[in-house]
Amino acid sequence: MTMANDEVGGSSQPMLSVRGLVKHFPLKKDLLGRGAGVVRAVDGVSFDVFKGETLGVVGESGCGKSTTARLLMQLINHDQGELVFDGQTVGSKSLPLKDYRRQAQMVFQDSYASLNPRLTMEDSIAFAPMVHGLPEREAIERARDLLERVGLAPQRFAERYPHELSGGQRQRVNIARALALQSRLIILDEAVSALDKSVEAQVLNLLLDLKEAFGLTYIFISHDLNVVRYMSDRVMVMYLGQVVEVGDSEILFKHAAHPYTQALLSSIPTLDPDRRTETPPLAGDPPNPINPPSGCRFHTRCAHAQAICSEKMPVLAPAQHGQQVACWMHVAGAAHTGAPSGQGAVKPLEVAA
Amino acid sequence: MTSLNAAASPVLPLVYERSAGYWETVGRRFLRDKVAVGAALVVLLLMVLAVFGPWLAPMDPYQSAMLKRLKPIGFEGHPLGTDELGRDMLTRLMVGAKLSLFMGITPVVCAFFIGSLIGITAGYTGGWVNSVMMRTIDVFYAFPSVLLAIALSGALGAGITNSLISLTIVFIPPLARVAESVTTQIRERDFVEAARASGASAFTIVRVHVLGNVLGPIFVYATSLIAVSMILASGLSFLGLGVKPPEPEWGLMLNTLRTAIYTQPWIAALPGAMIFMTSIAFNLLADGLRSAMEIKQ
Repeated sequence: MTMANDEVGGSSQPMLSVRGLVKHFPLKKDLLGRGAGVVRAVDGVSFDVFKGETLGVVGESGCGKSTTARLLMQLINHDQGELVFDGQTVGSKSLPLKDYRRQAQMVFQDSYASLNPRLTMEDSIAFAPMVHGLPEREAIERARDLLERVGLAPQRFAERYPHELSGGQRQRVNIARALALQSRLIILDEAVSALDKSVEAQVLNLLLDLKEAFGLTYIFISHDLNVVRYMSDRVMVMYLGQVVEVGDSEILFKHAAHPYTQALLSSIPTLDPDRRTETPPLAGDPPNPINPPSGCRFHTRCAHAQAICSEKMPVLAPAQHGQQVACWMHVAGAAHTGAPSGQGAVKPLEVAA
Repeated sequence: MTSLNAAASPVLPLVYERSAGYWETVGRRFLRDKVAVGAALVVLLLMVLAVFGPWLAPMDPYQSAMLKRLKPIGFEGHPLGTDELGRDMLTRLMVGAKLSLFMGITPVVCAFFIGSLIGITAGYTGGWVNSVMMRTIDVFYAFPSVLLAIALSGALGAGITNSLISLTIVFIPPLARVAESVTTQIRERDFVEAARASGASAFTIVRVHVLGNVLGPIFVYATSLIAVSMILASGLSFLGLGVKPPEPEWGLMLNTLRTAIYTQPWIAALPGAMIFMTSIAFNLLADGLRSAMEIKQ
C-alpha cells in the first residue's frame, strides 16, 4: 500500500466540510428508567475548512470546542450531520474511517497523558504508520526523521520515555506523531495551552514552519484569543454548541459583529490605558447546555437582547464586513431595533473594542 | 576558534542515548528494598525445595516406622522428629513443598490469565458488556472465598485437580475486578484516544498500549493472592477435600498431626510454620513489588 495522501478535489474544494453536526450526550437515567434529558454539547454546527488555511476555533470552556474536535476525529460518533473530507463523505465506501484517519490527525492538550509511559518516543511515533502497514524498520526511520523535523535530536530523544522530557519537548513529540501518517489535516485541541509562554511561542512557530513545509491544514482550537489571532487565517466563534460568528481573522478581530464575539474580544487584557475595561464584559457563567435558552442562546447575557432574541433562533448570515454571523441585529428587516431596516443597508454597530 | 565552535554546538554522539526502561527502574528500586529482597530469597529457596526436594531430602517420605512414632525435635537421626506414623518430618516438610507450592501457585496463575482476560475485555469494551460481565463476576465475589472454595470442592469431589479448579474459580473474580478497574483508568487516557485516532484496531491498542500498563498492577495483586491460595489449599487438604494421604502436603500434614497436639505440640506446629513462612514471604514480596512499581512520573 502507499502511504502518500494525495490531493483529490483541487485547491478550491474545502479540505473538510462539516454539515449540521449534532452531538447530544444523554444524562444518566434515574432508577425508574426515565431519561433525565441530554447535554446539547454540539448542536447543529456547520463550517468549511479550506485547504492550506488555519481555522481558529474560540469560545468559553464548555462551548463544545473539544467535543467538536473529537467528533471531527470520529473518536465519538455524531448523532446527526455529515463530514465531507476533500469531496468524500467520511465513513462512506469511497472514504472508509481507517483511510480518513490517515488524512486527519489530532494533537491533544495534555502532552503527558497523550504519550504511553511504557513506550519510547520513536515507538510512540512509529505506532500509527505500523498500524497502516509500514514495516517496523521504515516506521522507526520515519519516526527519527520526524523527531529531527520537530527540533528534537533523534540521537538524544528517540529512545527516551515520556517522563524524561519537558512539557514542550513532549508536545513536539505529539506533533511528530500527528505527522507520522503524512496527514493533510491536523486538529490542534488546545495543543499549546498547557505550555509556558516562552515554550508556547517556540511550539507555535514550529507549527507554522511545519505547515509551510508539509502543506498542512490546521484546525486550531484555543481559548487564548491572542494565540488564535497569531495563528489563524479564519476564526470561528462558538457559544453553547453553536457557531455564532465565523470570518477572516483580521476582520473578526477588528469588526466583530456578534455581541458575544465583541464581549470575548474586550476580555483580552490590554496594556493600553485608554482601552482598559472596568466592568467585566460578560457577567456570570454560560447557561446550562442541558436546558439551553430559547431563541438565540446568548440572549440571557446579551446587552442588546430584545423580544425576538428569546423567540426565534438566528441563523448564520453574511454581515457587513464579509463574515458570517448569527444575530438578529444583522438580519435586514428583523424585529430588532438594532437591525438594518431595509435590504442591503446594514447599520454599523458601535464596537467598543 | 575551532574549540569555541565545538563548545557552541556540541557534537551529538553517534550512538543513540538509551535510558533505563520502566522495568529496569522497577528492578533497581526493588533491589534497594532489603525486606522485599529477603522475601524474594525465601520464595526462591522454597522454589528450589519444591523442584529438588525429593533429591535433597535425607530419607524416604513414605517410610513409616511404628516404633519411632511422634519423636520430638532433635531425636537421633530425625532432626525435626517424626510424625504419627514414624515418618521423618524434615523429609516430609521438604518433599511437601512441591505439592503445597503447586497447590498455592497454580490456581493463582490460571486465575491471573482468565481474570485478566475477563477484566481487560470488560474494562476496554465498557458499556453494557462491562456491566453484564462484571455483575456476573460480582455474584461469585459475594461469597466468602473459603466458603466458595469448600462448596465448589465439595460439589466437584475430592482430589488435586478438583481443588485446583475450585481455587481457580475462587480467584477469578478478585483478579477480574482489579484488571477491570486499572483498564478502565488506562482507557480514558489520551494516548489510547490517540491510538484510536490513528486507526488501530481494538486488539492492537490493547496489545500495544493497554497490556503494558495494566499487567504490572494485576501481577502484584496476584502475588499477594498466592499466600491466600496456599492457606485455602491447605484448608481443603485439612478437610480431606484436596490432597489424599499419604502424599506429603503441609495442609494435610497439619490435619493428620492434629491428634498429636497435646503430646507433641512442636511437631504438630511444624507444617503450620511452613505455611506461615511461605505466605508471609509471598506477601512481603508483593508489597515490595508494589512499592517498587509506584514510580512518580
